[in-house]
Amino acid sequence: MKTKQLKRLAEGAQERSRAAAAALAALAEERNLLDVAIGTVDSPIGGLLVAVTPRGLARVAFEDEARDAVLEDLARDLSPRILESARATEAARRELEEFFAGGRTRFDVRLDRRLIRGIARDVLATTARVPYGRVTTYGEVARRIGRPRAARAVGNALGSNPIPIVIPCHRVVRAGGALGGYGGGLDRKLALLSLESSRPHMATGRWEDGGGG
Amino acid sequence: MSGGPPPFTDFLEGHRGMVYRFLLAAVGRQDADDCFQETFLAALRAYPGLRNGEHLDRWILRIASRKAIDHHRSRRRSPVPMAQAVSADRPAPSDPLDEELWSHVRSLPPRQRVAVAHRYVLDRTYAEIAEAMGGSEEGARANVSQGMKRLREQMA
Repeated sequence: MKTKQLKRLAEGAQERSRAAAAALAALAEERNLLDVAIGTVDSPIGGLLVAVTPRGLARVAFEDEARDAVLEDLARDLSPRILESARATEAARRELEEFFAGGRTRFDVRLDRRLIRGIARDVLATTARVPYGRVTTYGEVARRIGRPRAARAVGNALGSNPIPIVIPCHRVVRAGGALGGYGGGLDRKLALLSLESSRPHMATGRWEDGGGG
Repeated sequence: MSGGPPPFTDFLEGHRGMVYRFLLAAVGRQDADDCFQETFLAALRAYPGLRNGEHLDRWILRIASRKAIDHHRSRRRSPVPMAQAVSADRPAPSDPLDEELWSHVRSLPPRQRVAVAHRYVLDRTYAEIAEAMGGSEEGARANVSQGMKRLREQMA
């Protein structure tokens, strides 16, 4: 016989391995070996990548963030045990889809806040309480975290938000009414504010009992 | 660069085809899926402890080789009549030549089968086969040549 013939035993490996690889995430999850599950969501502001750990939703990335860079950061900062899993990301994906369909005004998924560090912890915890359809200012967030002169630091912390949309940093704008900045670009910030209300108005009074996250 | 191994999903995507090709020849169609999952679950278990992302192909083939040989051992404990085993391996109608070929490859001792799969399906060198299977280069060469000799005799 010819040694070349032996390669025929391996025909079909590419497709079969695709199915086998897709089935791996569920087995890994059963054995507590899936540290970071990733999935994707289509939205009016482009594709979103979500990363969910056993603790909760850790990351939402916009499609123009390079996938490789996002995954490498997750591997370094959380765990390299990252697999695509429709099942493990199902709740987060569904809530985002409902949000963009207009039927959800707060998120119920648990959050994994390990990627939030330093002053961003306070900034994003405060931002998470700004209700749907309302906006507040950088200065107001600074005041609420007890650092009234740190509006610029607040802006930087918001820009580092690893879980945008769900932690609604798009609801923080400039005092004069200008949009300010946004990690995902101002078009997306405007689109999110438009989705929530055709005319966003300043949050007044108490908003501790409002939003999600 | 960053030190740790790459995201597992990228590693899986980059190596699944090679591992599956190896397993199709080393354990057959029926058991390739099980061995594939066992191989990558073992890899996943050890993954965070890897110091870097180098030589991951050699690493995963070591694991797959071990799984393929262990699989033969567990199979040997519960022998199945050859005719029945062969038909069970290929439930779907398929190329009769592949069917016949697999029935011969299947009859090889496990280390010969695994060595032959490395050499003639993945085109690995004897040094690489020795590393994957644990053992010497001479041992790898002997396993391949004995396996091929036996296949040629059977198929003559």
